[in-house]
Amino acid sequence: MKFQSQAVAMPYFIAAIGLFLGQILFGLIMGLQYVMGDFLFPEIPFNVARMVHTNLLIVWVLFGFMGSAYYLIPEESQTELFSPKLALALFWIFLVAGALTIVGYLAVPYATLAEITGNDLLPTMGREFLEQPTITKIGIVIVALGFLFNLGMTVLKGRKTVISMVLMIGLVGLAVMFLFSFYNPHNLVLDKMFWWYTVHLWVEGVWELILGAILAFVLIKITGVDREVIEKWLYMIIAMALITGILGTGHHYFWIGTPDYWQLLGSVFSALEPIPFFMMTLFAFNMINKRRREHPNKAAALWAMGTGVMAFLGAGVWGFLHTLSPVNYYTHGTQITAAHGHMAFYGAYAMIVMTMISYAMPNIRGRIANSRQAQVIEMWGFWLMTVSMVFITLFLTGAGILQVWLQRFSDNPQGFMAVQSQIEVFYWMRELSGVIFLIGLAVYIYSFFAKGDEVTVDNAATASA
Amino acid sequence: MSETFTKTMARNIFYGGSLFFILVFLGLSFHTTRVLPERDHRENINEDVILGKKLWEDNNCIGCHTLMGEGAYFAPELANVYDRFGKNKEAIKAFIKSRPANGIPGRRSMPQFNFSEEELEALAEFLKWTSEIDDGNWPPNIQG
Repeated sequence: MKFQSQAVAMPYFIAAIGLFLGQILFGLIMGLQYVMGDFLFPEIPFNVARMVHTNLLIVWVLFGFMGSAYYLIPEESQTELFSPKLALALFWIFLVAGALTIVGYLAVPYATLAEITGNDLLPTMGREFLEQPTITKIGIVIVALGFLFNLGMTVLKGRKTVISMVLMIGLVGLAVMFLFSFYNPHNLVLDKMFWWYTVHLWVEGVWELILGAILAFVLIKITGVDREVIEKWLYMIIAMALITGILGTGHHYFWIGTPDYWQLLGSVFSALEPIPFFMMTLFAFNMINKRRREHPNKAAALWAMGTGVMAFLGAGVWGFLHTLSPVNYYTHGTQITAAHGHMAFYGAYAMIVMTMISYAMPNIRGRIANSRQAQVIEMWGFWLMTVSMVFITLFLTGAGILQVWLQRFSDNPQGFMAVQSQIEVFYWMRELSGVIFLIGLAVYIYSFFAKGDEVTVDNAATASA
Repeated sequence: MSETFTKTMARNIFYGGSLFFILVFLGLSFHTTRVLPERDHRENINEDVILGKKLWEDNNCIGCHTLMGEGAYFAPELANVYDRFGKNKEAIKAFIKSRPANGIPGRRSMPQFNFSEEELEALAEFLKWTSEIDDGNWPPNIQG
């Protein structure tokens, strides 16, 4: 760690991992509710568990992005963070607001939460992923503004690099696109159309810039490859991300009342969306192959390659699987979508945050890398989580294919619930894979506490540059 | 990547390409909002439909159901539930009203929301209006 203020990333990373654990626990509850319909009913109905599961995901990934930015921007700018105090204050505001929101979901019926938080004044609640009370949304905007101000001032007073510019564009885009969550017209078609401005243009748009910037930063650090080469790759990756991803929004405009030309536009451009993810995989492997130093943090290199591969598989391949409109006509809103969502989010966004944590946390804790023993445990966590996520995705895909066949494609289509009971075995297997994932997460968390032989700059041969 | 392809060229592709597609997307979005009235039948959005959508949101129905394929995959698609229930609003209302408060042993069950008659009517109206949106003949069949 080159600047003291980078240490402010640490509470963000700890909170991210803590909320990640909560997300997985609620995922297991939901998985069980798929096969034991009355589990925890009516105390925690499925919709509440799902809201907690998805909202915790969004919040922990945001914590991860913020922590990453607080670590990355001072180092790239070669100056201390503008205000570490502001960063710490915003951390507590965001954490308390997030915790209160989750408690609200669990403690009172959602309609009551909507009422007491004044949803009647400015109704924004009750839409997928944007379930947060309006006051929480306003809080998110305030935290985002303070965060961007803090980073912006740091960039302005220091060195301006391609990586920090790309990260800033991504983060500003994240904040701007979130503003569409306040637009909730009475007309459901318009509501859905602009809801995707937030949801799609986050995960298949500006978040890819954040992902690319963090990946580029970590690769520079662990491989020592020339910055010029890395930056050229980064530009090409994010160029392809936005060139394909912006019109790729059209793949959500097939069946919500929007005009027919989106069928063709959405199919063509979203079919190209795997390209930037494939480039990220090539990028990570190429840079690590061409490395100019043997960085002792092997775990971080594993995460960096892993996020490339898994993002390509989850977002790229599993996205392509159902993105062409004639295919999507049958698969839209089935377990195929769930399969894609799980692997894409894990591969792209959960794993990039863990890549950054893997690289930055040892530095913040005053060492170039964790002990070999701790790294081995961390890598066990990596493999357990990643492999079980592959199986979760495969089982959900199996469930989805059968669901499409029985409910939509065969000569005698059956009702939703009748089909659900016939594909139960896949849900059980998914739940089992989820338990393995939880074990992997526990191993990963344990790796932070594992003892071992200290890795020093001397025996690491080369220092971080 | 070869040496003839410089970082400046990559940067220009990023800024130029992004700007171009942002403008195309905004233009198409604008056009879409112009032609939507023919497809969404907004002239039929009455007070009941508005209240129905509000109730849909305030009770987080999307947390279990899909609506036009978007939402959770735990409970049936509802964009065509009006058709599935024989274009009968009373059947929809009766279903929502009759959910047992403590669920059904071993099975998935919709919570009991204790809606008033007026609220039930609004929800049914909202689902009826939604079923009439021109959405490219989705879902493929009545089962949703």
